[in-house]
Amino acid sequence: QSDGAYGLGRSALAEEIAAWDVDVLPDGRGLPEGSGDAFDGEEVFADKCASCHGDFAEGVDNWPVLAGGFDTLADKDPVKTVGSYWPYLSTVWDYIHRSMPFGEAGTLTADETYAIVAYILYSNDLVEDDFVLSHENFAAFDMHNKGGFVVDDRPELEYASWRAEPCMSDCKGEVKVTMRSVFLVETPEVGTVS
Amino acid sequence: MDEMFKPSRRAFLRGSAAVAAGTVAGGAAAQVPDPLITELQDWASYTGAGVDETPYGMPISYESHVIRRNVEWLTASPISSINFTPIHALEGTITPQGCAFERHHSGAIELRKEDYRLMINGLVEKPLVFTYEDLERFPRENHVYFCECAANTGMEWAGAQLNGAQFTHGMIHNMEYTGVPLRTLLVEAGADLDQDKWVYVEGADASSNGRSIPMEKALDDVLVAFKANGEALRMEHGYPVRLVVPGWEGNMWVKWLRRIEVVDRAVESREETSKYTDVYEDGTARKWTWVMDAKSVITSPSPQMPIPHGPGPLVISGLAWSGHGQITRVDVSRDGGITWETARLGKQGDTKALTRFYLDINWDGAPMLLQARAMDETGYVQPTKSQLRAQRGENAVYHNNCIQTWYVNEKGVAENVEVS
Repeated sequence: QSDGAYGLGRSALAEEIAAWDVDVLPDGRGLPEGSGDAFDGEEVFADKCASCHGDFAEGVDNWPVLAGGFDTLADKDPVKTVGSYWPYLSTVWDYIHRSMPFGEAGTLTADETYAIVAYILYSNDLVEDDFVLSHENFAAFDMHNKGGFVVDDRPELEYASWRAEPCMSDCKGEVKVTMRSVFLVETPEVGTVS
Repeated sequence: MDEMFKPSRRAFLRGSAAVAAGTVAGGAAAQVPDPLITELQDWASYTGAGVDETPYGMPISYESHVIRRNVEWLTASPISSINFTPIHALEGTITPQGCAFERHHSGAIELRKEDYRLMINGLVEKPLVFTYEDLERFPRENHVYFCECAANTGMEWAGAQLNGAQFTHGMIHNMEYTGVPLRTLLVEAGADLDQDKWVYVEGADASSNGRSIPMEKALDDVLVAFKANGEALRMEHGYPVRLVVPGWEGNMWVKWLRRIEVVDRAVESREETSKYTDVYEDGTARKWTWVMDAKSVITSPSPQMPIPHGPGPLVISGLAWSGHGQITRVDVSRDGGITWETARLGKQGDTKALTRFYLDINWDGAPMLLQARAMDETGYVQPTKSQLRAQRGENAVYHNNCIQTWYVNEKGVAENVEVS
């Protein structure tokens, strides 16, 4: 069936591609038709998300915090949330629709996903509570940290100077231990199965 | 037939004597004959296990400490979590699959070959569906590569944290893969192979773990692999098919691979925006930090591998690797980086694969600050943690390839430390 070099495999049918190819690009390509507002989103979120992520997307226990943390990225302990860190709204929609809720992935409808995303934006104080998110206004929404990323620049900043013959002797004066691990955290004891 | 395994009073008494003798014998100066030699041992007299006893074997029980370990407090759930390869106890370069680390985002799934499908779609002349059987009919290749989690050593950015090479450096394994070049499958589908195109890959599991790979890499050395270390992939490593992305961060080695899509731009999925981006000190972040830079660690002595034998001949053993190519040299320091000696490679390393190194010393019993420093074929020299922090701060999370220090005291006990 294939025209390829080995003639292996068969043509993928349109229904099959539609079932599996559900990724959404930053420009909004891949979004299905639909819409949802923050009001509806609050309801769905309370039902399907809040047990781990909290009523206000603030996170429960160790589960991820989805809201807040604005302007903390340069702090000692940055709070990286959808609002403070994520560059594209497409990723929020795509990831929730495909892989959430944890343990019941793939069960959200398009409208539910729009509503949840609208609610997360609301939780991040990025929209009003009557905000309606749809496939039509989606691409126009700019995230707070959209400009916060640079493409890997190790080649210029690091490799250029770190590709050099290293010191072999008298490389520094006295050496002191400045930090010891055993005072800080619990490492499972050797020999126990955890 | 189990007679030899029953503890008899005679064997018990002899066993106690052997232990007692062992404590005094130890070295070359033994005065008392060793009963392990002078007395007939059970295993030299009775019979052992038959060939029908173990169709697929596990390590002997005395090696039960050589296992994957997890650290509960690192993640919210063991389903989206990590465990660690016991690299402190391994030798050579090949990681036994049964104790090779795992990292899942929605657990290790069970996917039968019969249920397996691989789709190629997007910017291709002919979107295709392959079965597992189809994949085994393409010409295949064998290569040894390391798979290192981007977060390996990530807990150590802000200081010396976990006390053992398994925990600080064990998000890594190294296997011989058999598979089909990704290029072959892309050509089969008539993909647009222009350099400005991307390949988006995702798994069959709930997390999907979608990642974008630039076409240049996809056409270079990426493998669609179905065997590792001679046998089928383990369930937890992507059975029946995973992606192998030589030299690049482990997250991109998509397991249970189900779809390959040719796209005109990066998808910028969750695993390449929220995760696997590296935050700088000023709050900006690097994205697409794919390559794992040159790195090394001394596996013995190390906190889990104290020196058991006192002063004298000591084997310093360790691993080095680089996502840029071959390891060409490893230097070892015993004084925290003041002086360095060039170690010996166990054998010439494969490209983008673990390489074993050794330094054989005569230990005088004095405390040591052990370090290893890898160099790769591009001339890149593994940096200190200070060098890395000066560039990136302490919040990068990923890509910590700093020089590790073990403080070894006069008793031979080792500890994870940082030094000035």
